[in-house]
Amino acid sequence: MSLTSEDSHLRGNYILTIADNSLILAQRLGELCGHGPILETDIALTNISLDLLGQTRSYYQYAAKLAGEGKTEDDIAFLRIEREYKNCLLVEQPNTHFGYVIARQFLFDVYHFMLLEKLQNSADETLVAIANKGIKEVSYHKRFSGDWVKRLGDGTEESNQKMQEAINDLWRFTDELFYMTDAEKAMAKDGAGVDVSTFKEKYYEEVSEVLKEATLTVPENKYFTKGGKEGVHTEHMGYILAELQYMQRTFPNMQW
Amino acid sequence: MSNNKKNWPLWEIFVRSKNGLEHRHFGSLHAADAEMALENARDVYTRRNEGVSIWVVESKNITASNPEQNGELFEPAQDKVYRHPTFYDLPDEVKHM
Repeated sequence: MSLTSEDSHLRGNYILTIADNSLILAQRLGELCGHGPILETDIALTNISLDLLGQTRSYYQYAAKLAGEGKTEDDIAFLRIEREYKNCLLVEQPNTHFGYVIARQFLFDVYHFMLLEKLQNSADETLVAIANKGIKEVSYHKRFSGDWVKRLGDGTEESNQKMQEAINDLWRFTDELFYMTDAEKAMAKDGAGVDVSTFKEKYYEEVSEVLKEATLTVPENKYFTKGGKEGVHTEHMGYILAELQYMQRTFPNMQW
Repeated sequence: MSNNKKNWPLWEIFVRSKNGLEHRHFGSLHAADAEMALENARDVYTRRNEGVSIWVVESKNITASNPEQNGELFEPAQDKVYRHPTFYDLPDEVKHM
């Protein structure tokens, strides 16, 4: 496949809109290593983090190849400035309490699964291969987070209230999942990317179904916020990057 | 549910490594119910292609022999050589005996 440099650039940007979600969420989950509510859940959450990190690597390796100029996956992961990260706002939200960890994961997993399902039909063979590999993992993530939403929602009075609080609080970030950047629009048109608007309705249906089963209320607020996919992040992002990039900034080109 | 409200019950995890082999005890973990025990077992024990099937059993359902009775339970068997099928040559093709 030979691409013009403009195509490569667009495709590279498109890959970042997918991959940065996985990187930043992996970083957030990684923060929980040793801090999970119990040992088994701690292991589960960090396993999910590692799954996402593995997927991120495949995307970044491809993006590095498209960028040329001797770029590596590490350059892309560690050496961009905040505005150059294209993850959605949802994944950068803090681990406030376990309810938030689960709500964030669940709201993202349902989307992530539907995205990879579509990406399996991409015209870009590399993206198809990454999606095929990732979807098995993501299908497990979705099961894990969905089960926990139900357990906590349909658990005790306190767990129900905390789960509801987290869902209410993170709901305003869900609309951005379906916002499309120029790169996404161009790639969708080209057949390599996914037109995410096609499964927006299905997404809210599936999410609402699980929330109802969990005896939780589906939020009705119509106020949504966005920006991450265009590089305009919440105040949390700088702190995430400070920690994420520290080693590579302090010891440039270090490897391990 | 366990009497101790702070702790989830303990589960014993058995994993079959390959089709044709038996399930073997891999270890134990905590979970609120059987379904969660399966998911936890997946995360704790089978993340590196170790298995094709998992059984979970709540530990309280297992009855164990008492070490103090080891003598009566196990020792008599050792001094009767005819009880041990050690006089047969096993063909190499027979595995897992």
